[in-house]
Amino acid sequence: MTGAFAKLGRFGIDSVRHLGRASILLLRILGSLGEVVRRPRLLVEQLFSVGVLTVLIIAVSGLFVGMVLSLQGYYILSQFAAEATLGVMVAASLVRELGPVVTALLFAGRAGSALTAEIGLMKATEQLSGLEMMAVDPVRRVLTPRFLAGFISMPLLAALFSALGILGGWFVGVGLLGVDDGAWWGQMQARIDWNEDLVNGVIKSLVFGFACVWIAIFQGYNSVPTSAGVSGATTRTVVHSSLAVLALDFALTALMFD
Amino acid sequence: MSLTVGTQGGGAPDAAAPGSVPLPGGQPPLVRIRNLHFSRGDRKIFSGLDIDIPRGKITAIMGPSGTGKTTLLKLIGGQLRPDRGSVEVDGQNVHRLNTVELYRLRMRMGMLFQSGALLTDLNVFENVAFPLREHTRLNESMLRKLVLLKLEAVGLRGARDLMPSELSGGMARRVALARAIALDPMMIMYDEPFTGQDPISMGVLVKLIRQLNDAAGLTSIVVSHDVEETCAIADLLYVISDGRVVESGDPKALQESGSEWTRQFMHGLPDGPVPFHYPAPPLQADLFEETP
Repeated sequence: MTGAFAKLGRFGIDSVRHLGRASILLLRILGSLGEVVRRPRLLVEQLFSVGVLTVLIIAVSGLFVGMVLSLQGYYILSQFAAEATLGVMVAASLVRELGPVVTALLFAGRAGSALTAEIGLMKATEQLSGLEMMAVDPVRRVLTPRFLAGFISMPLLAALFSALGILGGWFVGVGLLGVDDGAWWGQMQARIDWNEDLVNGVIKSLVFGFACVWIAIFQGYNSVPTSAGVSGATTRTVVHSSLAVLALDFALTALMFD
Repeated sequence: MSLTVGTQGGGAPDAAAPGSVPLPGGQPPLVRIRNLHFSRGDRKIFSGLDIDIPRGKITAIMGPSGTGKTTLLKLIGGQLRPDRGSVEVDGQNVHRLNTVELYRLRMRMGMLFQSGALLTDLNVFENVAFPLREHTRLNESMLRKLVLLKLEAVGLRGARDLMPSELSGGMARRVALARAIALDPMMIMYDEPFTGQDPISMGVLVKLIRQLNDAAGLTSIVVSHDVEETCAIADLLYVISDGRVVESGDPKALQESGSEWTRQFMHGLPDGPVPFHYPAPPLQADLFEETP
């Protein structure tokens, strides 16, 4: 019994310690943003690695999610003779929820795990120590450009996901199931609100991007410099990011659509 | 060079430390370590270490694996903080410097890591150019010339376009050496430079360390447990064990040392003060005792 309490206490202390270290790292990263402004090439390189290389998985997933949404929506809406609102249903689902959330989950799996593994391996192979001994701050030179690139990439990727999802849904709804083309776009234009839907979706994707990239970078920087350590850190990145995204989504949805 | 034996007492910061050796020309040492204490968790790595690194010489720090040789380099470079004691480099207490001052000092230090620590996404040329790009505003033409000269010094000018993954272990260390001398530092720290090298690479590294030290007027600290190669180039040798300096002095004198421990280490004897067997109950008891 005492052992269980001790374990619980240890878990609590470790969690607080980790949160503290992650917060200090975040402050150091935010304090180094000036470096990226001075040397934009560092950011551009990372935008390619974190953002552009994630485009394919986001594009394909967006397309299929939109197609499935359209199929499922049609079967339900047609029972109430409401097929004309299919476009609104697909667009609202994507822009409000699925775009930011699924993009963040995929982003954590593709870009987040890659970031953690890269930083962890740089630590394991003494590259970060080497930078320190060359009087180059690894936080400024390595972590900050990656953080900013992830933060910028997420909303753009979420927008791409939603746009392609709507196109995929249109292909199934209008092209295959015979929903009226004018009703699809017209209803969407009339019912999707700029602030309520689009801006809130963008805010969600910014928050998710911030959380995912913070977790990924901290896990890599804090990893034990062994193969098992880096592997564990990569797994933790995906698990923690996914849970954080889902929890944050609930909180943000409750706040935004009260 | 004299020989100092059996240093088991912690020294006061400014007293004539037991680990210190007479320095040539009365010059102050480039690195002065006094009463250094450092632990990792419950394990004590250093308990009252005193070391002086003279200027312009190659000083070797030797000892069995796990005695904290690499940790010592990290303490000198300010990557770790001691529990107690001081590390002074060129008169500056490393652990009292702020970040800017520490980085300024590090620009005058080079370090060759055991793994080379080359940046894997940059080719050989860019790895050597890296510190120059970060800390100087040289134009591209001047930078190219400097990098090629540094690569020429380590014999790898022709390998400038190769990626780190295409280099052998010895070549990677030579590239790392070229990078370490890119900013013309006052001293270089070598972390196990000979480990895992074939005889040719080993010979090349031994020659390079000596040549670079003499030609550029550097101060070199070599951390190693390769006795033969290290003794061949070192001007001064410290042997450390159990967190303290066991013996220090001229490498030849240490090879003929009367200390049993030093003799065992220097001649690679399998048994002696450092026992062959890890502490265990008697074999008979282990074999015939009923397991619970």
